[in-house]
Amino acid sequence: MSNKPYVREVSKTTWFLNPQQPRYKRYMAREVTCIFIGAYTFLLIVALKRLAEGPDAFQGFLNALHSPLGVLFNLAALVAAVYHSTSWFNVTPQAMPIQRGEEFVPGNIIVGAHYAVWAVVSLIILILGI
Amino acid sequence: MEVINTDVAIVGAGGAGLRAAIALAEADPKLRIALISKVYPMRSHTCAAEGGAAGVIKPDDSMDLHFSDTVGGGDWLCDQDVVEYFIHEAPKELLQLEHWGCPWSREPDGSIAVRPFGGMKIKRTWFAADKSGFHILHTLFQTSLKYPSIQRFDEYYTTDLLVDDGRCQGLTAIEIRSGQMKHFQAKAVIIAAGGASRMFPFTTNGAIKTGDGMALAYRAGAPLKDMEFVQYHPTGLPNTGILLTEGCRGEGGILINKNGRRYLQDYGMGPETPVGQPVLKTMELGPRDRLSQAFWHEQKKGNTVSTQWGECVLLDMRHLGEKKINERLPFVRDLASSYLGVDPVKEPVPIRPVVHYMMGGIHTDINAATPLPGLFAAGECACVSINGANRLGSNSLTELLVFGRKAALSAIAYIQSGLSAGSSAALATQAKASESRISALCEKKGGTESIAGLRKQMMDTMEENVGIYRLGDELAAACKKISELRRRYAGIEIHDKSRVYNTDLLQALELGSMLDCAEAVTVGALARTESRGAHQRLDFTERDDQGFLKHSLTYYHPKEPPRLDYLDVVITKSQPGVRDYSGGKK
Amino acid sequence: MSERQIQLEVLRYDPETDSEPRFQSYAVPCKNEWVVLDALNYVKENLDTTLSYRWSCHMAVCGSCGMMINGEPKLSCKAFIREYSDKIRVEPLANFPIERDLVTVVEDFIAKLTRVKPYLIPKEDKPISAGEFKQTPAELMKYKQYTLCINCMLCYAACPEYALVPDFIGPAAIALAHRYNQDSRDGGRDQRQEVIATDEGVWECSFVGACSEVCPKHVDPAGALQQVKVASTIDWYKEHLMPWVKK
Repeated sequence: MSNKPYVREVSKTTWFLNPQQPRYKRYMAREVTCIFIGAYTFLLIVALKRLAEGPDAFQGFLNALHSPLGVLFNLAALVAAVYHSTSWFNVTPQAMPIQRGEEFVPGNIIVGAHYAVWAVVSLIILILGI
Repeated sequence: MEVINTDVAIVGAGGAGLRAAIALAEADPKLRIALISKVYPMRSHTCAAEGGAAGVIKPDDSMDLHFSDTVGGGDWLCDQDVVEYFIHEAPKELLQLEHWGCPWSREPDGSIAVRPFGGMKIKRTWFAADKSGFHILHTLFQTSLKYPSIQRFDEYYTTDLLVDDGRCQGLTAIEIRSGQMKHFQAKAVIIAAGGASRMFPFTTNGAIKTGDGMALAYRAGAPLKDMEFVQYHPTGLPNTGILLTEGCRGEGGILINKNGRRYLQDYGMGPETPVGQPVLKTMELGPRDRLSQAFWHEQKKGNTVSTQWGECVLLDMRHLGEKKINERLPFVRDLASSYLGVDPVKEPVPIRPVVHYMMGGIHTDINAATPLPGLFAAGECACVSINGANRLGSNSLTELLVFGRKAALSAIAYIQSGLSAGSSAALATQAKASESRISALCEKKGGTESIAGLRKQMMDTMEENVGIYRLGDELAAACKKISELRRRYAGIEIHDKSRVYNTDLLQALELGSMLDCAEAVTVGALARTESRGAHQRLDFTERDDQGFLKHSLTYYHPKEPPRLDYLDVVITKSQPGVRDYSGGKK
Repeated sequence: MSERQIQLEVLRYDPETDSEPRFQSYAVPCKNEWVVLDALNYVKENLDTTLSYRWSCHMAVCGSCGMMINGEPKLSCKAFIREYSDKIRVEPLANFPIERDLVTVVEDFIAKLTRVKPYLIPKEDKPISAGEFKQTPAELMKYKQYTLCINCMLCYAACPEYALVPDFIGPAAIALAHRYNQDSRDGGRDQRQEVIATDEGVWECSFVGACSEVCPKHVDPAGALQQVKVASTIDWYKEHLMPWVKK
């Protein structure tokens, strides 16, 4: 066996700050943005609770949403959710390749399909909302 | 010194070594197998073979055709009984690989696909795109992981064979990571350690191909055979020597000179064939020796293209189209684009001949046995004489398999023949001497020669004097020079004093191997006063079947040049004739 | 041919004399078409014979010469000098212990490769005399990409999961298991799933994707791991929600 191999320690807490590996930070951004999606889900649950408590409670909730802080949070959550979702859309061809005959369906078609479905669903919600 | 007891020790874990190990493990799970290599198995140079492996599989092909292609391709220096055995085993071995999972390229119906190759009358080269050797090596390596009885010693450099009572009974090897010497006691030893083309400066071969296996056997008393036959591959990248497979031409690539002329028609390989419709055994599908020689003549005539990397001809594949190139030759495209900056889809690729393969090697018989009892050899390090004076492309990958397996079976038969145990005291003494030799080399101070310096002089000597065309005077000068370098080798010094992964020491030992092999090449080439296959003499331009239908055998001497002897070629059914690559129109 | 002087900073470590690695700098006159490996060879031949590193084929197929070049895992035989500034820093592959200089200890990878049963476990027995298993070009294409791994271990050097959890079987080994699982001739998926559909296997992977970004052969091991996850999830649902459905 060898004499004494040298082991380079990797920090358990700051490994993603490695300046030579910006991809680690991109990965962390993808993972961290899910917090906003979680928070928004929580917000919806609060909305349901307020709705159940009566019109006054719900109006108070809506007012809070319209406050500068509420708007700011919504905007931040929207940006984070879009980043999170698109970063996952973009890797779907790796996880779910589709083979047709000898060829694989090009990745941009699979990604494109995700965006298309997203657009359609958003549109439907928008129409129902109006 | 630690003693490792084993039944069969295999030196080299490339295609031949792995095939031998698997054959041993399958034949008898109780056999103890030591698979020893100076690199991890998947680093072995088998991985760089691109084109494919020949074996008769299609209904329009026949054993007779593979036989006559091989024997004619080898300019009748092949042992025909061995060729007969080889071609019959070939399809079985390639199918065996298929059953082990090798991703061979396929026909639409799911059967094995074959491609045309130089010097072959019929399409018979099995291929896995243009990474055939890579897939063969990895399939064998991965399959070998099934067998617990194959004990690997990765990164062990074998320094000496141990011979007692006239039999090879083991070896000594340095564990590279610790620098410790180990004594392997074995009932039989198989050498499968690859070729020696690194003795040339411009070669397709990886850094590890330094003739260590050949030198081991040679120093232990087994002769090297036909070492003067060195194959130039006609299509290497001019700056790095990186190989562009013969598959490029098999798929329809053409060779043109600076005037755009397909010059091969001027060297007995015409008539010109339509572009993109290769005709077997004609023009670009002639054998490697003829194509490389044609380049030499074109250069003399001033018909080559001058590039910043020297004189070249052009390999034009543009007419194949992007789709076919991506499907059949993706690696070629990647290599030419990355290393030369030339995309074969868009431009013709400048190429020139490059040293590729040693037809010669450790003398073995049809059983892969050397004249030294207990010692077997297979693959490029061996010369079992299927390749003769010029190997046909795609026979060597098959050779690894056929004779790797054969060496294993022969080793088992040898062990079972009831050997008396060797004198362990005598072997231990030899092992100790081997250890002392290496220690002395490491500890020596005040050396006057540099390893890199001697290596460069050896390479330059080989390139200048032992190339595609050779002359008596130049060969004599080369003999003298290599002999001098061997003497001066005693003056080297190892500057790296660490025991751990000392590549300074390894390079010194590798240089020693290459010098011994180089001397066998030069001495053999000087004495062969004829032109045959890859050995072309400008002062003896004709083949001389009276004098030289013979294998050369070189016997090692520690201080003097080797002793030279000859052995008749085995002819069974094909008398020496004319090598015809003119598409039947003589 | 144009030449350029570069500073090659190489991490050196000799366990016999050093307590920890140190950088050593070499001035190397490089030709424009050189790769980093050529510069290392220049050092070895002309400046310092004690430098240790692995290399062989110089054509990106043997997988020996993986190193960190300016912090990125690369094959040094395919890292072109022209793509770097005049100062190039070379270190041994990250996430592996350093044996000596640029040579790492790779036993862990080899052991993991062995564990995943990377060999064909045939669906049906067939003697050699019965010929080949038929496999259409489409069936070949299904797994072909995953056969291209050269075991260079750049993916392990890029993988933060492997850095933090050394037991993780890792990208190349799992991708190789997936290669055999996808092979139409193979029937060994259940055996391999026991190894790779585990906490140390694919479930340790959080799809950073770095492995695929650094892979010199475009094997896309990250893709392979996600596909194993999807297939394992389907297995689980079938087993727990639809036990009457045979696998």
